[in-house]
Amino acid sequence: MPPEDKTADEEVTDQQVEATDEAAEAEGHAEQTAEGSGDVDEAAAGTVAETPAEPAEPADPTSPASEDELRVGLLESMKEALGESLVGAHILDGKDLWIRVTSDAWRQAAEAARTRLGCSSFTFLSAIDWLPSPYGRSETSPFDPPPDKEQAQEAGFAGGETRFQLFMRVQNPERGFGITIKADVADPDAGVETIIPVYAGANWHERETWEMYGITFVGHPHLVHIYLPGAFEGNPLRKDFPLLAREVKPWPGIVDVEPMPDDGDGDDAESEATEGEEVSA
Amino acid sequence: MTVTEAQQRAYVAGQAADARVNLEIESEGMTLNLGPQHPATHGTLRIVAKLDGEQVVSCEPVMGYMHRGYEKLTEVRTYPQITTLINRIDWLGSFTNEVPFILAAEQLMEIEAPPRAQWIRTILFELGRIANIILFLGDMGVQLGALTPVFYAFRDREYVLNQIEAVTGGRFHPNFDRIGGLKDDLPKGWIDDTKAVMNKVRDFCDLLEELLLGNEIFESRTRGIGVIPGEVALGYGLTGANLRASGVDYDLRRDAPVPMAWNEVDWKVWTHPDGDSFARYWVRLQETREAAKIVDQLCDDIPAGPIMAKVPRIIKVPAGEAWVATENPLGEMGYYIVSKGDLGPFRVKIKSASFNNISIVPWVTRGVYVPDVITILASLYFILGDIDR
Repeated sequence: MPPEDKTADEEVTDQQVEATDEAAEAEGHAEQTAEGSGDVDEAAAGTVAETPAEPAEPADPTSPASEDELRVGLLESMKEALGESLVGAHILDGKDLWIRVTSDAWRQAAEAARTRLGCSSFTFLSAIDWLPSPYGRSETSPFDPPPDKEQAQEAGFAGGETRFQLFMRVQNPERGFGITIKADVADPDAGVETIIPVYAGANWHERETWEMYGITFVGHPHLVHIYLPGAFEGNPLRKDFPLLAREVKPWPGIVDVEPMPDDGDGDDAESEATEGEEVSA
Repeated sequence: MTVTEAQQRAYVAGQAADARVNLEIESEGMTLNLGPQHPATHGTLRIVAKLDGEQVVSCEPVMGYMHRGYEKLTEVRTYPQITTLINRIDWLGSFTNEVPFILAAEQLMEIEAPPRAQWIRTILFELGRIANIILFLGDMGVQLGALTPVFYAFRDREYVLNQIEAVTGGRFHPNFDRIGGLKDDLPKGWIDDTKAVMNKVRDFCDLLEELLLGNEIFESRTRGIGVIPGEVALGYGLTGANLRASGVDYDLRRDAPVPMAWNEVDWKVWTHPDGDSFARYWVRLQETREAAKIVDQLCDDIPAGPIMAKVPRIIKVPAGEAWVATENPLGEMGYYIVSKGDLGPFRVKIKSASFNNISIVPWVTRGVYVPDVITILASLYFILGDIDR
């Protein structure tokens, strides 16, 4: 999880930009590091391994440690295109890349992914509501504690500060990689710019996101309900929208998470104990 | 049964909403409502087409008649309970829906199914594909006025479903995939039966090729109809055979690294340069043959060993995010799971293939004739549950 210290982030980002400029002058696509220009020569010589930051300095949220050359390269390319608008990144070696941009740069990020990374194929666009559900998990398990209304909001990969976060996935069919782009949405009503001019396929996905989360897409030609009846009120996928079926009737599937008969009498401590135990089915 | 006043009001409001949809689109010319109940829509997809004479000026699919809110439901269920839900997304190839979800959960838990489970998963996946596409191959004929192929399709699909049922106990909804492996092993004698069925599938493909591909009417009604260039297809997020029929050589079975057994055997990704309805039919026909070939080869050397990895009895998935997609019969299907370390996911984004594939309909039907709308819809091949989720 990247640190949430905003001032530190900004400082580092400034350094980053300087580093990027110097590196770009030196070699064009040099590997940048949090310390500045000290390692430019080494990077320019072809080393792609991330130089570890000094322990005193906070880790840079936009330069996750990774040994995945392909995805580090993609991240660098997006950094060049977006500059300070890129505020977070996460790499799962050999699998996936997440980046987070400011909501102002949402469309710019889509364009950069398309032109610079060759991600011509649009996969999906949606949103996440990071608010801890005030209904808990609708009492899925009797062993769960009652929902904690004061729970802190936690961000996922590549960080995030706001309750609503947009995310989209695009992929490059020629080279076979994909990238997930996220953006914090501070004000769902103000929304973000539509990306239909970049990816025509985003049209229905934006309608769905608008309907389910209430996030406006500025410039969308036909922002109307897609699944729900026109008179429907509310945004069903928001965490504070209750799932009424669960509220009025207990979920019969609770039986699935009860301890097995041979686990003992099945109080809470017992189930916690069996959970760590590795059993072969 | 008495109708309450509230129900009456709701009915009138619904009628009024329908009328509004029509009014918005109807400025001149004629508005044609295809569906929600129409044989060509495989369910309850409604197409509101504005016509100028026989030509479509604009065409807007209206969805949601079957929206079941799976993304919301996944948030209040445990991981093992979710496979029951997602079985019902693409109901013709149910097992293929389970696989990417299970793979995504496994990726988060950092476990991998043992080789035997991977191979059986791949076999069942391909059987699901065959059962699904066989129906398309027959149904496309019906849409164009050829009634015979669909009878063969239903007959031969039954052989495949029997094989799926013999392993999983369910013809349509196997619910057989588990985090860490599979529910059960293959029954005795199943391999030989499956190989015999694969021969029948190949015969079916030959039969369909003779019945339809050489048919003059079929060709004239599909060639050059609904042409989608590769660039446009990618921009709209088309996947699967629809994309490959536009000349884009992209198949997740070959190109995406997931712990499945496709790369262990020899098969080919077929593409077609034309991008028209004929190409989409042709590519799917070849893919059925390839799938039969994959199943045959996989059946020959299934590795021995356990079918379940070691997993905790109560499955809690560690916090994190994962996206895994596979090449399903209808195209790319993937799940984006956000986990907070609970018994169930925090958020699941279900990316189904048909939703993207159908989103191109307004673009591709502009200017075509009414009967060609049916051809295009049939050739794009969608399952309503896969659109509405």
